[in-house]
Amino acid sequence: MSSSPAARSKAGAASRSTAGVVTWLDERLGIGALTKKQLRKVFPDHWSFMLGEIALWSFVILLLTGTFLSFWFKPSMAEVEYMGSYANLRGLHMSEAYASTLDLSFDVRGGLLMRQMHHWSANLFLASMTIHMLRVFFTGAFRKPRELNWMIGLALLMLGIIEGFAGYSLPDDLLSGTGLRIAQGLMLSIPVVGSYISFFVFGGEFPGDDFIPRLYTVHVLLVPGILLALITAHMLLLVYHKHTQFPGPGRTNNNVVGFPLMPVYMAKAGGFFFIVFGVTALMGGLLQINPIWMYGPYNPAEVTAGSQPDWYMGWLEGGLRIMPNWETNLWGYTLSWNVLIPGVLLLGVLFALLAFYPFIERWITGDDREHHLLERPRNAPTRTAFGVAGMTAYALLWIAGGNDILAYEFGLSLNAITYVMRVAIFVVPVLAFIITRRWCLSLQRHDREVVLHGYETGVIVRSPDGSYAEIHRPINPVRAYELTMHEQHTPVELPAAHDANGVPAPAQGKERLRSRLSHFWYADDVSKPTKEELEAAAHHATNGSHALEDGHGPASGNGAHLGIETSGIVGGQDFGLEQKPKAP
Amino acid sequence: MSDDGQHDSPGAGSNGAGDNSLLPIGPQEPLDNPGVPDHQPRPTDVDPALERRAERQVAAMFVVAAVMALAFCVVYFLYDPHPETGETALGVGASNLALGVTLGLSLLLIGLGAIQWARKLMADHEMIEYRHSAASTVEDRQEAIAAFQAGSEESGLGRRKLIRNSMLASMAMLGLPAVVLLRDLGPLPGVKLEQTVWRRGMRVVSDVSGRPIRPSEVPIGQLVNAEPAVFFEHAEEFEGNELLNEKAKAAVIVVRMPPEEITPYPSRKDWDVEGILCYSKICPHVGCPISLYEQQTHNVLCPCHQSTFDLANNGVVLFGPASRNLPQLPLGVDGEGYLIAMSGFQEPVGASFWERG
Ligand code: HEM
Ligand code: FES
Repeated sequence: MSSSPAARSKAGAASRSTAGVVTWLDERLGIGALTKKQLRKVFPDHWSFMLGEIALWSFVILLLTGTFLSFWFKPSMAEVEYMGSYANLRGLHMSEAYASTLDLSFDVRGGLLMRQMHHWSANLFLASMTIHMLRVFFTGAFRKPRELNWMIGLALLMLGIIEGFAGYSLPDDLLSGTGLRIAQGLMLSIPVVGSYISFFVFGGEFPGDDFIPRLYTVHVLLVPGILLALITAHMLLLVYHKHTQFPGPGRTNNNVVGFPLMPVYMAKAGGFFFIVFGVTALMGGLLQINPIWMYGPYNPAEVTAGSQPDWYMGWLEGGLRIMPNWETNLWGYTLSWNVLIPGVLLLGVLFALLAFYPFIERWITGDDREHHLLERPRNAPTRTAFGVAGMTAYALLWIAGGNDILAYEFGLSLNAITYVMRVAIFVVPVLAFIITRRWCLSLQRHDREVVLHGYETGVIVRSPDGSYAEIHRPINPVRAYELTMHEQHTPVELPAAHDANGVPAPAQGKERLRSRLSHFWYADDVSKPTKEELEAAAHHATNGSHALEDGHGPASGNGAHLGIETSGIVGGQDFGLEQKPKAP
Repeated sequence: MSDDGQHDSPGAGSNGAGDNSLLPIGPQEPLDNPGVPDHQPRPTDVDPALERRAERQVAAMFVVAAVMALAFCVVYFLYDPHPETGETALGVGASNLALGVTLGLSLLLIGLGAIQWARKLMADHEMIEYRHSAASTVEDRQEAIAAFQAGSEESGLGRRKLIRNSMLASMAMLGLPAVVLLRDLGPLPGVKLEQTVWRRGMRVVSDVSGRPIRPSEVPIGQLVNAEPAVFFEHAEEFEGNELLNEKAKAAVIVVRMPPEEITPYPSRKDWDVEGILCYSKICPHVGCPISLYEQQTHNVLCPCHQSTFDLANNGVVLFGPASRNLPQLPLGVDGEGYLIAMSGFQEPVGASFWERG
């Protein structure tokens, strides 16, 4: 703010030295052109855009804390006698991996903090990635041209789950060892090669003494390396495509409105890194997680009751629990459907469905345009309904993964819960689909009503002739614009039934299917108000012909039936706000 | 298609850079775009006192953050992390708590300071940037295709099929070494999954002490975790992971119930000793050790996915995802009156696998 001569000359010196640094770098790296473009790059603002950021920052925190852990952690299954400072386990035989994790927890200052921060940020990483994916799904941000980035994101999620499971298994405690035993059981269920896979992975029989060192390489080198590469690609594509934005005044499919990378976004995103880091540190200090010393070292003949994996494995666990015990024996060979389907195929099917979703939707809707404006979930009812159905299935599996806890806490029969779940997993997502779709459509209807007739104030007035009416108040023009600028989807129609010569051209089976699906997708959409309808509504209101069913008097005097503020100017006229030049 | 005839509607390309591949939503809009709202000055933009206050706030956060970083170092040397000798606070180790809180606050305040700075003091004019289609221009794309074709033409990849195919074959063949190289990751399974160390005549001993068990020492209703005696008699053969590998298959449970409540298969009539039965402890679902015994019903439950087995009835599955019965070990008594196995397991224990049959 100040502009004293002294301050100005200081600023001059600073800008001269900036120029010096940039010149030095530019002469060597040619960064001028790039910097010119990217430094003031515009990012739109919305709280939901922070979800991906949390994931990114958690990954950085994982790299930092993980590196610290790796200085003390010994990835070895060699047997040692524990002589450390935790009295309850002293003298016990255990693997070096477990002993060194105990040392990290009790003998290295800050070691427990780093362990707990590492574990909390792993959970945060996966949670934020998952919710970020849902945001992208429900707003349609995966549509062209962002399909490939959607798939990269899915690969990140899948690798994140694997990485988390690998890390969780490293300390070789009783809980994680039990998890590994289950994982080995899953490997064994793979047809033909299952037992070979298990023997190669474990270097022989389970548990053997090769597995932890191998898993360590996977956990600290292989998967983080791939994650890093994919995250880089994810970010580069984000910059290239530019961020999507929610529709709003001045925001179109052709522009992006927001704040520049430098300084606002750098400060906000950089600040946000410290906030995520700080919250993780507070969690690591205040909230205990994975107290491995309470479980004891791994012993294949022991188990703790009520053992639970980290939350992101819960849905797979649930699948294993509610699967009926089917097994097929053919010519002396065994196919364990009870393990294969929930343990191996389910994961593959879910990720395949998600990966191809953008292409499925694109084929059905026949929409080949680029989309940079996000859709409100209600304006894509069928997609939203699919998403909610998927979330419901996931939640049910996840709940099924805790069926013993559920039974215990609520005094229910475990068997009953399991039978109910076996049915629910098929029925409830269908119900969720139907309800969500209807709900979206009624929200669309509501939007339309609000634009045409204003919003309900909840104020009831009695007119002189004794009738009652609720006052409707006009909404402001910006809101009205936001509620009417979304796309009106139209289903794909079949090609003309007759070709040019009048010969019937029967639609191909594929085309017919597509048209039918597309009708299912879009046909129920509520049509948004047209210009004419808006004008008619406005006209109606200004004439005060009938404000509500029976209300003259006070209601009409308030312009109660007018949808939009400012008297009767609707549909392409002046709102008193900045008018953009129109194409001729 | 849905966007037919939009190009010429009024409003198409309004506000935009007029790139036709990015069809604006515009033409379908019944209301005109009101445009980006005017910038509203913030209190800190108009009131110098507020501006200075915000500046002091931000600086204060940074200063406290620095103090917290110092406090972290003090705490590091002050508190002892050892579980017995170390200080506690709020019932947990003081070292971890204090380190987490100081580090957390330091980081958090830096973050909050930066964001406060951005929100209150940095310029907050919204900017508009125009998008371009993700695709390159038609000319660029055609040149790219032409360049690729020129390159491919010059290499003769299309014409020289012999070279191309032999090259592809050689590359494909390199996949073999990549796979073969992994061969020594582990031995072949052989019959390892099918066998345990149990043999005819081997004593069934307590898993903790290794003591052999007399039938009279097993009370009705009790579940005893047991192991084969070799683990203790030949401890030198079963060290470290060798022991774990065998334990992972050979662990058993011993239970006693009133003999009249047992309903054995005809072939298993003499597998009990005075109502004492022995089963594998390894769940045939995916291999967790089963543990929860219900003495009234003689059911045993696996804590992992709740498969339930009836020990009075040959270990059949009553409930849950396991498809195989719990394998049973025939029991007998040796000359000294201790429990012994009358044979090894007559089927593989643990999770099913392809070759199991
Ligand atoms: C996306 C990335 C990552 C995830 C999701 C993840 C997850 C985990 C989890 C859940 C644990 C168990 C922690 C516990 O409670 O003991 C763990 C342990 C460990 N992680 Fe990671 N990690 C990641 C990246 C890394 C990286 C990059 C490194 C090293 C450079 C690393 C090094 C370690 C080490 C050494 C351990 C074992 C020490 C211990 O358990 O205390 N991690 N990891
Ligand atoms: S391992 Fe026993 S039920 Fe799954």
